[in-house]
Amino acid sequence: MSEQVSLRETYGKTLVELGGENPDIVVLDADLSKSTMTHFFGSEFPDRFFDCGIAEQNMIGIAAGLAASGKTPFASTFAVFAPGRCFDQVRMSIAQPELNVKLVVTHGGISVGEDGTSHQSIEDLALIGALPGFSVIVPADAVETAQAVRVAASSYGPFYIRLGRPKLPLVFGEDYRFSLGKAATMKPGQDVTIIAIGIMVSAALEAAANLEQQDIDCRVLNMSTLKPIDEEAIIKAACETGAIVTAEEHLEHGGLGSEVAQVTGRHQPVPLEFVAIKDTYGQSGKDSELLKRYGLTAEGIEAAVRSVIARKK
Amino acid sequence: MSEPGSSSVTSADKIKAEVFSSLSLEDMKVVTKRLRRHIISMIGKAGSGHPGGSLSAVEIVTALYFSVLRHKPLDPCWSERDRFILSKGHAAPLLYAVLAECGYFPVEELLTLRKLGSRLQGHTDCRLIPGVEMTAGALGQGLSFAAGVALASRLDSKDYRVYVLLGDGECDEGQVWEAAMAAAHFKIDNLVAIVDKNGLQLDGWNRDIMNLEPFTEKWQAFGWHAISVDGHDLAELSSAFEQAKLIKGQPSVIIAHTVKGKGVSFMENKVDFHGKAPNAAEVEMALKEME
Repeated sequence: MSEQVSLRETYGKTLVELGGENPDIVVLDADLSKSTMTHFFGSEFPDRFFDCGIAEQNMIGIAAGLAASGKTPFASTFAVFAPGRCFDQVRMSIAQPELNVKLVVTHGGISVGEDGTSHQSIEDLALIGALPGFSVIVPADAVETAQAVRVAASSYGPFYIRLGRPKLPLVFGEDYRFSLGKAATMKPGQDVTIIAIGIMVSAALEAAANLEQQDIDCRVLNMSTLKPIDEEAIIKAACETGAIVTAEEHLEHGGLGSEVAQVTGRHQPVPLEFVAIKDTYGQSGKDSELLKRYGLTAEGIEAAVRSVIARKK
Repeated sequence: MSEPGSSSVTSADKIKAEVFSSLSLEDMKVVTKRLRRHIISMIGKAGSGHPGGSLSAVEIVTALYFSVLRHKPLDPCWSERDRFILSKGHAAPLLYAVLAECGYFPVEELLTLRKLGSRLQGHTDCRLIPGVEMTAGALGQGLSFAAGVALASRLDSKDYRVYVLLGDGECDEGQVWEAAMAAAHFKIDNLVAIVDKNGLQLDGWNRDIMNLEPFTEKWQAFGWHAISVDGHDLAELSSAFEQAKLIKGQPSVIIAHTVKGKGVSFMENKVDFHGKAPNAAEVEMALKEME
């Protein structure tokens, strides 16, 4: 297993670098800065750091006002609180006026663990993905996190970057270059394509390695930009491998699986299987226990691959 | 305020457009009549809209645009401008009318309100019209936005001030009080909130729907400097805005006591005209009253 690195800590440290490079970078948090790791920026640039207290709706509005006045605000909290707690503020104060606010949220998905159902954000990608104009990114590791945060800082417009709580194995080398709206081919393959985001990318690679022993040649795509989604890579995968499995730490509805189904349905219908949470809520437990309980593992992906290949014509 | 700017005004700015000059009280009174006529004609022509809460805030907005704000109608994105943010977005007809009267866009365009393809949406869309600072319509969001704009002014060491108009019913929204707490916490003293306290909201009187009292004391308890005025008295309003400029270390709120539907006898204090357009006969009657 490769080195495990915290995406949150990488985010916090990248913010400090950006703050040194660009005086218009400002950071807001809602009393979670020690968890989202924005506190690094707060210590370095106290005049440009606004802890808004436990008031996410107001934080979004202040961020919007700063953005409308030429600043590049990064606003952070847990994924369950933004967009969950402030959806209408994100919609009307950021998305509709097309303001340059970067929402970088942490503790996404069920891997938040022991905090349980209320803290497990499994609906956020459906909510934020519904808003025209938002770019949505779910990085797969720390290397990609640093680059995605930098791309968000230098690209005008609203961004949503979803990070998880646990450390994740590095799947990219330092030579990787994240490109907004472009899937990264993690492994070539001809029999089936696994399209994964976030924590599921390393699980997808593990599944592909196991399936290779059974002579199943899996292509693995990291679809870290959920919006705008890389339609070309999806269509190519559908044409060349004839079957797709998606894997995400989110509800089955409204996330990666729904997006891929829409693209293939329109351009190149092929059998699909979805590794995701099935219309239910989570519970307390260790992150690894929860991922296993809800099938978000290499084994879960392998089962889905066998099932989708059986449906190939 | 009619001062043509601070030392931060560049020569390029001066070439582009002059700072809007202020009017006398008498001239402002004439403007208020024109604004009321626009509001009635626009909403009448559109066949839908919110006359009551537009009419109640006519003097507030007139005092701001014709006396208080430092702005340039021909250069709406001028970086040194004072900002006016309409948080009670259903008073869009009032904002459109005052912007047109100042010269931000042609007065003739007012009658396109709420029509397909018009820039004048039922509630404001800041991407479309010069001079509209923020999209509005979902209540309770403008004060937070204004606080952000005011903080940016501080970060950039600029001297522009930020004014935001709220409805009293709007203050039912919890976000207003989140923002009130934050603006005092961050000591944002270049921020002035004005509450159009006409006493009515869609379902009835504030006191029956959701009691706001003690209202002034609430703002004070949140750390604001509160000033109560007759919201239809231009002199009182202007003097309150001047007083607010002197308050340092805390934000100011002007609680403007107003009458919903002000200026049209059959609309005054009538809850039905919160969100109902006058029919053709009512438009004619109203315009006659305001001749």
